[in-house]
Parts: sequence; structure tokens; C-alpha cells
Amino acid sequence: MTVAQIRKHLSQFTIAIAGCGGLGSNAAVALARAGIGKLLLVDFDLVEPSNLYRQYFFCDQIGTFKTDALAENIHRIDNSIELETKNIKLDELAVIQLFSDVDLVIEAFDQAAEKQMLLEAMLVNFPEKPFIMGNGMAGYGNFEAIKQLQWDKQVYICGDFTNEISEDNPPLAPRVGIVANMQANLAMELLLKMSK
Amino acid sequence: MQIFLNNRPEQIEGDEITISELIRQKNFTFKLLVTKINGKLVRVGERDTTRVRNGDTVEVMHLISGG
Repeated sequence: MTVAQIRKHLSQFTIAIAGCGGLGSNAAVALARAGIGKLLLVDFDLVEPSNLYRQYFFCDQIGTFKTDALAENIHRIDNSIELETKNIKLDELAVIQLFSDVDLVIEAFDQAAEKQMLLEAMLVNFPEKPFIMGNGMAGYGNFEAIKQLQWDKQVYICGDFTNEISEDNPPLAPRVGIVANMQANLAMELLLKMSK
Repeated sequence: MQIFLNNRPEQIEGDEITISELIRQKNFTFKLLVTKINGKLVRVGERDTTRVRNGDTVEVMHLISGG
């Protein structure tokens, strides 16, 4: 496919980004550059100085909602992309309400408990909707440990499945970016096989 | 009985075991797990009452903070 054909196809689709931190902000930017039609950006947090170590924000955006800051940055890249923002903390009810019309969901939460909630909510409510998770990406090096696997009919997981964040094993830009871009890459691959 | 746990055959004592008991017995120490029996999700709240029987396939995946 030519880049024009790829962009035309992707322009028909909507992707939800659940969490606009290290994974979500970088995956959203990659998808925006690739030509996705619409992004639904969900997060409840504000941009903090330490977020700039790995998340797609700028220092003059500290203190603003991550969703709004990310929307602003994406529109600076391409203002034809349709964006919708929700400044909320997702629970199962919100998942059902917000994600019923999107074509694909990218899980980009920080906390394992939220990942678990979203995975269960997706499997129970939207078993046919492609869902791409990130699981394990703290630290640096150890590139070979990062993999992508299919865990259910429509559930895909990218990560090293091992490296939990901690004081001594922080999430860092390169490895978080690798997994975020793996998620975006897989989302493209899945959407390019789907028809509208 | 024999079950398949994360694609590996495992011998388990008795005729059945709950998912919660299996998690304890096999020392899955991560707090946040997702579980499936024969390809079907068993939600967190159902693990105490959902039983694994001979020949069942069980998947346990741990979820890791970071993102």
C-alpha cells in the first residue's frame, strides 16, 4: 500500500487511548502522524514536571490536563485529525459508555489495577473489539525481552511481562516509547485489515 | 487430576480446585492477575467459586504497573 492509501484507510477509524501518560501520549502521536481519523483521549491527570521525562508534553503545559495538552500537541502535528477528550477516571460503566463506538482501544494506564479493570471490562462487554495493552516496560536495555502476544481473540499485549516500575526501576523514555510505538504499530496493522 | 496451566501440564491433588486455591498453591505472588479457564475469562470476584477440573486449561497472567 502507498502512504496515501494507508492514510485514506486509517482516516475512517476511531481509536480510544485509555490513559495519556508515557504509553498513551506517545502511541497517540504515532497514530496521528500515521493518519488515524479520530482519537478519543481519556485521562484524569494533570501534566507534572516529571512527566516530561518520557511523555509527549512540553514544559509550558505543566499543570494543564493531559488530555487537553495532548490534543493541542496532536493538532500542532495535524489539525485535520478529529479529537475528543474526556477528563475522567475510567471505570467499567464509563468504558461501556465511551468505548461502544470506537473501533479499537489502546490500554495505556500506569497502575496494574486499572489495567486489570479495563481488560476484564473489555472482555466482558466488547469481546469483538480489538484491545491492545502494554504490560511491563520499566528500566532500560533488555530490548530482546519485549514481545507482542495475542491473549484472546481480540486482546493483544505488548511488553516484557516482567519489569514492574519502582523507585529503582523507573519507566524511562526509550523503553516506554518502544512499547507505545509497538501498540500503535499493531493498531495500524489491525485497522488496515478491517473494513468500514 | 491433570490440568494445563499456562500451556504446561500440571498434576493437582483432588478432583477439583477453585481458581483462588490454584493461585495460592502455585505461588503466583503478583497481586494483579487475570485468569481464564478453557479460554473464558474468570473475573476477580468469581475466583473463589469457579472450579478447575481434570483436563481444564487455565491461563494466569500478571499485570504489571507502568505506562
